[in-house]
Amino acid sequence: MTSGNSSGHRAHLAHHFSESSQQSESARMGMWIFILTEVLLFGGLFVAYTVYRSANPEMFYNAHKHLDIHLGTLNTIVLITSSLTMALAIRSIQLNDRKKSIKLLATTFALAAVFLIVKYFEYSHKFHLGQLPGKFYTYTGIEGSNPHIFFSVYFMMTGLHGIHVIAGMIAISWVMRITIQGRLSSEYYTPMELTGLYWHLVDMIWIFLFPLLYLIG
Amino acid sequence: MSGHSTHENRHVVSFKTYLATGTALLILTAATVGVSFIKLGGWNAIAAVGIACLKAILVAFVFMHLLYDKKIFLVIFSVAIIFLTIFLALTMFDILSRGEIYPDYEEPIEKNAVIYKKAEPAPTGEPVEDSTPKNH
Repeated sequence: MTSGNSSGHRAHLAHHFSESSQQSESARMGMWIFILTEVLLFGGLFVAYTVYRSANPEMFYNAHKHLDIHLGTLNTIVLITSSLTMALAIRSIQLNDRKKSIKLLATTFALAAVFLIVKYFEYSHKFHLGQLPGKFYTYTGIEGSNPHIFFSVYFMMTGLHGIHVIAGMIAISWVMRITIQGRLSSEYYTPMELTGLYWHLVDMIWIFLFPLLYLIG
Repeated sequence: MSGHSTHENRHVVSFKTYLATGTALLILTAATVGVSFIKLGGWNAIAAVGIACLKAILVAFVFMHLLYDKKIFLVIFSVAIIFLTIFLALTMFDILSRGEIYPDYEEPIEKNAVIYKKAEPAPTGEPVEDSTPKNH
Protein backbone atom coordinates (compact mmCIF):
# COMPACT_ATOMS: atom_id res chain seq x y z
CA MET A 1 0.00 0.00 0.00
CA THR A 2 2.67 2.51 1.00
CA SER A 3 4.66 4.17 -1.71
CA GLY A 4 6.84 6.20 0.63
CA ASN A 5 5.69 9.72 -0.27
CA SER A 6 4.20 10.75 3.05
CA SER A 7 6.00 14.10 3.06
CA GLY A 8 3.41 15.95 0.95
CA HIS A 9 1.16 18.38 2.87
CA ARG A 10 -2.17 17.50 1.38
CA ALA A 11 -5.16 19.57 2.45
CA HIS A 12 -7.35 16.51 3.08
CA LEU A 13 -4.84 14.69 5.30
CA ALA A 14 -5.65 15.04 9.00
CA HIS A 15 -2.61 15.48 11.28
CA HIS A 16 -3.16 12.23 13.18
CA PHE A 17 -2.71 10.12 10.04
CA SER A 18 0.70 9.53 8.53
CA GLU A 19 -0.54 8.95 5.00
CA SER A 20 -3.59 9.30 2.77
CA SER A 21 -3.89 5.55 2.39
CA GLN A 22 -4.00 5.08 6.16
CA GLN A 23 -6.63 7.79 6.51
CA SER A 24 -8.80 6.37 3.73
CA GLU A 25 -8.49 2.85 5.13
CA SER A 26 -9.63 4.02 8.57
CA ALA A 27 -12.58 5.80 6.98
CA ARG A 28 -13.58 2.67 5.07
CA MET A 29 -13.28 0.55 8.19
CA GLY A 30 -15.59 2.95 10.04
CA MET A 31 -18.07 2.69 7.18
CA TRP A 32 -17.96 -1.12 7.21
CA ILE A 33 -18.63 -1.15 10.96
CA PHE A 34 -21.59 1.15 10.31
CA ILE A 35 -22.77 -1.26 7.60
CA LEU A 36 -22.51 -4.08 10.17
CA THR A 37 -24.91 -2.19 12.46
CA GLU A 38 -27.23 -1.55 9.52
CA VAL A 39 -27.30 -5.26 8.64
CA LEU A 40 -28.29 -6.03 12.23
CA LEU A 41 -30.91 -3.23 12.24
CA PHE A 42 -32.62 -4.66 9.16
CA GLY A 43 -31.86 -8.15 10.47
CA GLY A 44 -34.38 -7.65 13.27
CA LEU A 45 -37.05 -6.89 10.68
CA PHE A 46 -36.06 -9.91 8.58
CA VAL A 47 -36.39 -12.12 11.65
CA ALA A 48 -39.81 -10.57 12.40
CA TYR A 49 -40.79 -11.30 8.79
CA THR A 50 -39.70 -14.95 9.08
CA VAL A 51 -41.51 -15.45 12.40
CA TYR A 52 -44.81 -14.00 11.11
CA ARG A 53 -44.58 -15.75 7.75
CA SER A 54 -43.94 -19.13 9.40
CA ALA A 55 -46.99 -18.55 11.62
CA ASN A 56 -49.27 -17.36 8.77
CA PRO A 57 -47.97 -18.91 5.52
CA GLU A 58 -51.28 -18.86 3.62
CA MET A 59 -52.18 -15.34 4.70
CA PHE A 60 -48.75 -14.11 3.55
CA TYR A 61 -49.31 -15.77 0.18
CA ASN A 62 -52.79 -14.26 -0.21
CA ALA A 63 -51.73 -10.80 0.97
CA HIS A 64 -48.61 -10.59 -1.21
CA LYS A 65 -50.82 -10.83 -4.32
CA HIS A 66 -51.96 -7.30 -3.51
CA LEU A 67 -48.48 -5.93 -4.16
CA ASP A 68 -47.75 -4.89 -7.74
CA ILE A 69 -45.10 -7.25 -9.13
CA HIS A 70 -44.45 -4.95 -12.13
CA LEU A 71 -43.73 -1.91 -9.98
CA GLY A 72 -41.56 -4.04 -7.68
CA THR A 73 -39.54 -5.38 -10.62
CA LEU A 74 -39.23 -1.88 -12.09
CA ASN A 75 -37.90 -0.58 -8.77
CA THR A 76 -35.40 -3.44 -8.55
CA ILE A 77 -34.07 -2.63 -12.02
CA VAL A 78 -33.93 1.09 -11.13
CA LEU A 79 -31.98 0.45 -7.92
CA ILE A 80 -29.52 -2.02 -9.49
CA THR A 81 -28.85 0.46 -12.31
CA SER A 82 -28.29 3.23 -9.77
CA SER A 83 -25.81 1.01 -7.95
CA LEU A 84 -23.94 0.49 -11.22
CA THR A 85 -23.83 4.23 -11.98
CA MET A 86 -22.60 4.89 -8.42
CA ALA A 87 -19.77 2.37 -8.85
CA LEU A 88 -18.89 3.96 -12.21
CA ALA A 89 -18.93 7.46 -10.66
CA ILE A 90 -16.26 6.31 -8.18
CA ARG A 91 -14.29 4.74 -11.02
CA SER A 92 -14.39 8.05 -12.91
CA ILE A 93 -13.10 10.05 -9.94
CA GLN A 94 -10.36 7.43 -9.43
CA LEU A 95 -9.32 8.20 -13.01
CA ASN A 96 -9.62 11.96 -12.33
CA ASP A 97 -12.53 12.41 -14.76
CA ARG A 98 -14.56 14.85 -12.65
CA LYS A 99 -17.14 15.77 -15.30
CA LYS A 100 -18.07 12.17 -16.00
CA SER A 101 -18.20 11.45 -12.28
CA ILE A 102 -20.64 14.34 -11.70
CA LYS A 103 -22.85 13.12 -14.56
CA LEU A 104 -22.91 9.60 -13.13
CA LEU A 105 -23.71 10.91 -9.65
CA ALA A 106 -26.58 12.95 -11.10
CA THR A 107 -27.87 9.79 -12.83
CA THR A 108 -27.68 7.87 -9.55
CA PHE A 109 -29.60 10.67 -7.80
CA ALA A 110 -32.26 10.72 -10.54
CA LEU A 111 -32.70 6.92 -10.36
CA ALA A 112 -33.10 7.16 -6.57
CA ALA A 113 -35.83 9.75 -7.15
CA VAL A 114 -37.55 7.42 -9.65
CA PHE A 115 -37.48 4.67 -7.02
CA LEU A 116 -39.20 6.93 -4.48
CA ILE A 117 -41.80 8.14 -7.00
CA VAL A 118 -42.74 4.53 -7.84
CA LYS A 119 -42.87 3.78 -4.11
CA TYR A 120 -45.15 6.81 -3.63
CA PHE A 121 -47.66 5.43 -6.15
CA GLU A 122 -47.57 2.01 -4.48
CA TYR A 123 -48.07 3.51 -1.02
CA SER A 124 -50.88 5.87 -2.01
CA HIS A 125 -52.75 2.97 -3.66
CA LYS A 126 -52.52 0.98 -0.43
CA PHE A 127 -53.53 3.99 1.70
CA HIS A 128 -56.54 4.39 -0.56
CA LEU A 129 -57.60 0.74 -0.14
CA GLY A 130 -56.95 0.72 3.61
CA GLN A 131 -54.22 -1.91 3.35
CA LEU A 132 -52.46 -0.36 6.31
CA PRO A 133 -50.52 -1.67 9.31
CA GLY A 134 -52.13 -2.85 12.54
CA LYS A 135 -55.29 -1.16 13.73
CA PHE A 136 -55.43 1.13 10.68
CA TYR A 137 -56.11 -1.87 8.45
CA THR A 138 -59.63 -1.59 6.96
CA TYR A 139 -59.40 -3.69 3.77
CA THR A 140 -61.64 -6.78 3.64
CA GLY A 141 -60.60 -8.61 0.45
CA ILE A 142 -57.83 -10.87 1.76
CA GLU A 143 -58.51 -14.41 2.97
CA GLY A 144 -56.81 -15.81 6.04
CA SER A 145 -56.46 -14.48 9.57
CA ASN A 146 -54.47 -11.38 10.50
CA PRO A 147 -53.78 -9.92 7.03
CA HIS A 148 -52.83 -6.63 8.69
CA ILE A 149 -49.62 -8.34 9.93
CA PHE A 150 -48.35 -8.65 6.36
CA PHE A 151 -48.89 -4.95 5.79
CA SER A 152 -47.29 -4.04 9.13
CA VAL A 153 -44.21 -5.96 8.02
CA TYR A 154 -44.40 -4.53 4.49
CA PHE A 155 -44.65 -0.90 5.58
CA MET A 156 -42.03 -1.26 8.31
CA MET A 157 -39.46 -2.86 6.01
CA THR A 158 -40.05 -0.78 2.89
CA GLY A 159 -40.54 2.35 5.02
CA LEU A 160 -37.20 1.97 6.79
CA HIS A 161 -35.60 1.18 3.43
CA GLY A 162 -37.27 4.29 1.94
CA ILE A 163 -35.79 6.45 4.71
CA HIS A 164 -32.40 5.00 3.78
CA VAL A 165 -33.00 5.92 0.12
CA ILE A 166 -33.76 9.53 1.18
CA ALA A 167 -30.60 9.61 3.34
CA GLY A 168 -28.65 8.23 0.38
CA MET A 169 -30.00 10.97 -1.88
CA ILE A 170 -28.91 13.63 0.64
CA ALA A 171 -25.43 12.05 0.77
CA ILE A 172 -25.19 11.78 -3.05
CA SER A 173 -26.24 15.42 -3.56
CA TRP A 174 -23.66 16.55 -1.00
CA VAL A 175 -20.91 14.51 -2.70
CA MET A 176 -22.00 15.93 -6.06
CA ARG A 177 -21.69 19.44 -4.60
CA ILE A 178 -18.15 18.96 -3.30
CA THR A 179 -17.13 17.27 -6.57
CA ILE A 180 -18.43 20.28 -8.54
CA GLN A 181 -16.45 22.52 -6.14
CA GLY A 182 -13.37 20.56 -7.14
CA ARG A 183 -12.67 19.22 -3.68
CA LEU A 184 -12.46 15.58 -4.84
CA SER A 185 -9.88 14.06 -7.15
CA SER A 186 -8.10 10.77 -7.77
CA GLU A 187 -5.94 11.64 -4.76
CA TYR A 188 -8.85 12.12 -2.37
CA TYR A 189 -12.32 10.72 -3.00
CA THR A 190 -13.16 9.14 0.38
CA PRO A 191 -16.55 10.93 0.77
CA MET A 192 -17.69 9.56 -2.57
CA GLU A 193 -16.39 6.09 -1.81
CA LEU A 194 -18.20 5.95 1.56
CA THR A 195 -21.41 7.27 0.00
CA GLY A 196 -21.01 4.54 -2.60
CA LEU A 197 -20.68 1.85 0.08
CA TYR A 198 -23.83 3.17 1.76
CA TRP A 199 -25.73 3.26 -1.53
CA HIS A 200 -24.74 -0.31 -2.42
CA LEU A 201 -25.98 -1.41 1.02
CA VAL A 202 -29.36 0.23 0.29
CA ASP A 203 -29.40 -1.69 -3.01
CA MET A 204 -28.44 -4.93 -1.27
CA ILE A 205 -31.28 -4.63 1.27
CA TRP A 206 -33.79 -4.08 -1.53
CA ILE A 207 -32.42 -7.18 -3.29
CA PHE A 208 -33.73 -9.18 -0.30
CA LEU A 209 -36.92 -7.17 0.29
CA PHE A 210 -38.11 -7.59 -3.30
CA PRO A 211 -38.39 -11.42 -3.48
CA LEU A 212 -39.48 -11.76 0.16
CA LEU A 213 -42.39 -9.32 -0.17
CA TYR A 214 -43.39 -9.36 -3.85
CA LEU A 215 -42.50 -12.88 -5.00
CA ILE A 216 -43.87 -15.32 -2.42
CA GLY A 217 -44.26 -18.46 -4.52
CA MET B 1 -5.56 -8.31 -12.16
CA SER B 2 -5.96 -5.88 -15.00
CA GLY B 3 -6.75 -2.19 -14.88
CA HIS B 4 -5.23 0.98 -13.53
CA SER B 5 -4.40 2.06 -10.02
CA THR B 6 -4.67 5.41 -8.28
CA HIS B 7 -2.14 7.49 -6.36
CA GLU B 8 -2.72 5.34 -3.30
CA ASN B 9 -2.14 2.21 -5.40
CA ARG B 10 -5.83 1.44 -5.09
CA HIS B 11 -7.12 -0.99 -7.64
CA VAL B 12 -9.43 0.55 -10.23
CA VAL B 13 -11.99 -2.02 -11.35
CA SER B 14 -12.39 -2.13 -15.13
CA PHE B 15 -15.50 -0.76 -16.82
CA LYS B 16 -16.15 -4.20 -18.31
CA THR B 17 -16.22 -5.86 -14.87
CA TYR B 18 -18.74 -3.31 -13.57
CA LEU B 19 -20.93 -3.65 -16.65
CA ALA B 20 -20.81 -7.47 -16.50
CA THR B 21 -21.78 -7.36 -12.80
CA GLY B 22 -24.68 -4.99 -13.50
CA THR B 23 -25.89 -7.22 -16.34
CA ALA B 24 -25.61 -10.33 -14.17
CA LEU B 25 -27.66 -8.60 -11.46
CA LEU B 26 -30.40 -7.74 -13.97
CA ILE B 27 -30.42 -11.31 -15.38
CA LEU B 28 -30.70 -12.71 -11.83
CA THR B 29 -33.59 -10.29 -11.19
CA ALA B 30 -35.38 -11.70 -14.25
CA ALA B 31 -34.59 -15.22 -12.99
CA THR B 32 -36.02 -14.58 -9.53
CA VAL B 33 -39.22 -13.12 -11.01
CA GLY B 34 -39.50 -16.06 -13.44
CA VAL B 35 -38.95 -18.71 -10.78
CA SER B 36 -41.65 -17.15 -8.56
CA PHE B 37 -44.28 -18.02 -11.20
CA ILE B 38 -43.36 -21.72 -11.17
CA LYS B 39 -45.01 -23.76 -8.41
CA LEU B 40 -42.21 -25.41 -6.47
CA GLY B 41 -43.74 -25.50 -3.01
CA GLY B 42 -41.15 -24.90 -0.33
CA TRP B 43 -38.41 -24.59 -2.94
CA ASN B 44 -39.81 -21.23 -4.09
CA ALA B 45 -38.65 -19.51 -0.90
CA ILE B 46 -35.27 -21.26 -1.06
CA ALA B 47 -34.78 -20.22 -4.71
CA ALA B 48 -35.80 -16.62 -3.92
CA VAL B 49 -33.39 -16.31 -0.98
CA GLY B 50 -30.65 -18.19 -2.85
CA ILE B 51 -30.78 -15.86 -5.86
CA ALA B 52 -30.94 -12.85 -3.53
CA CYS B 53 -27.80 -14.07 -1.73
CA LEU B 54 -26.01 -14.51 -5.06
CA LYS B 55 -26.95 -10.94 -6.05
CA ALA B 56 -25.85 -9.60 -2.66
CA ILE B 57 -22.49 -11.36 -3.05
CA LEU B 58 -22.00 -9.75 -6.48
CA VAL B 59 -22.83 -6.29 -5.07
CA ALA B 60 -20.57 -6.75 -2.02
CA PHE B 61 -17.58 -8.21 -3.86
CA VAL B 62 -17.53 -6.05 -6.99
CA PHE B 63 -19.47 -2.82 -6.35
CA MET B 64 -18.37 -2.58 -2.71
CA HIS B 65 -14.83 -3.73 -3.63
CA LEU B 66 -14.62 -6.51 -1.02
CA LEU B 67 -12.79 -8.64 -3.58
CA TYR B 68 -10.08 -5.99 -4.09
CA ASP B 69 -9.98 -4.19 -0.75
CA LYS B 70 -8.37 -5.05 2.60
CA LYS B 71 -9.57 -8.42 3.85
CA ILE B 72 -10.47 -6.95 7.25
CA PHE B 73 -13.56 -5.35 5.64
CA LEU B 74 -14.65 -8.78 4.44
CA VAL B 75 -14.20 -10.05 8.01
CA ILE B 76 -16.35 -7.21 9.42
CA PHE B 77 -19.10 -7.87 6.88
CA SER B 78 -18.95 -11.62 7.51
CA VAL B 79 -19.34 -11.02 11.25
CA ALA B 80 -22.59 -9.14 10.51
CA ILE B 81 -23.88 -12.00 8.35
CA ILE B 82 -22.83 -14.70 10.85
CA PHE B 83 -24.56 -12.97 13.76
CA LEU B 84 -27.68 -12.35 11.67
CA THR B 85 -27.74 -16.08 10.85
CA ILE B 86 -27.41 -16.97 14.55
CA PHE B 87 -30.20 -14.51 15.41
CA LEU B 88 -32.48 -15.99 12.73
CA ALA B 89 -31.65 -19.66 13.39
CA LEU B 90 -32.05 -19.53 17.18
CA THR B 91 -35.30 -17.56 16.90
CA MET B 92 -36.72 -20.10 14.47
CA PHE B 93 -35.67 -23.07 16.64
CA ASP B 94 -37.71 -21.43 19.40
CA ILE B 95 -40.71 -20.39 17.26
CA LEU B 96 -41.06 -23.66 15.33
CA SER B 97 -40.92 -25.85 18.44
CA ARG B 98 -43.46 -23.85 20.49
CA GLY B 99 -46.46 -25.78 19.16
CA GLU B 100 -45.19 -28.81 21.07
CA ILE B 101 -45.39 -26.88 24.34
CA TYR B 102 -48.33 -24.48 23.84
CA PRO B 103 -51.18 -26.04 21.80
CA ASP B 104 -52.94 -22.64 21.51
CA TYR B 105 -49.97 -21.11 19.71
CA GLU B 106 -51.78 -21.17 16.36
CA GLU B 107 -54.64 -18.98 17.56
CA PRO B 108 -54.82 -15.23 16.94
CA ILE B 109 -53.26 -13.13 19.70
CA GLU B 110 -56.38 -11.03 20.30
CA LYS B 111 -59.47 -12.87 19.20
CA ASN B 112 -61.75 -10.01 20.21
CA ALA B 113 -59.86 -7.26 18.44
CA VAL B 114 -61.97 -4.98 16.21
CA ILE B 115 -60.27 -6.04 12.99
CA TYR B 116 -61.33 -9.69 13.29
CA LYS B 117 -65.01 -8.84 13.78
CA LYS B 118 -65.73 -8.03 10.18
CA ALA B 119 -63.84 -11.05 8.89
CA GLU B 120 -66.31 -13.36 10.66
CA PRO B 121 -69.86 -13.32 9.27
CA ALA B 122 -72.29 -12.09 11.93
CA PRO B 123 -74.74 -14.73 13.17
CA THR B 124 -78.15 -14.20 11.61
CA GLY B 125 -80.68 -12.22 13.61
CA GLU B 126 -78.14 -10.97 16.11
CA PRO B 127 -76.40 -7.60 16.09
CA VAL B 128 -72.65 -7.75 15.59
CA GLU B 129 -71.90 -6.04 18.93
CA ASP B 130 -73.54 -8.80 20.96
CA SER B 131 -71.89 -11.69 19.15
CA THR B 132 -68.53 -11.24 20.87
CA PRO B 133 -67.88 -10.54 24.53
CA LYS B 134 -66.86 -6.99 25.45
CA ASN B 135 -63.20 -6.72 26.17
CA HIS B 136 -62.04 -3.90 28.46
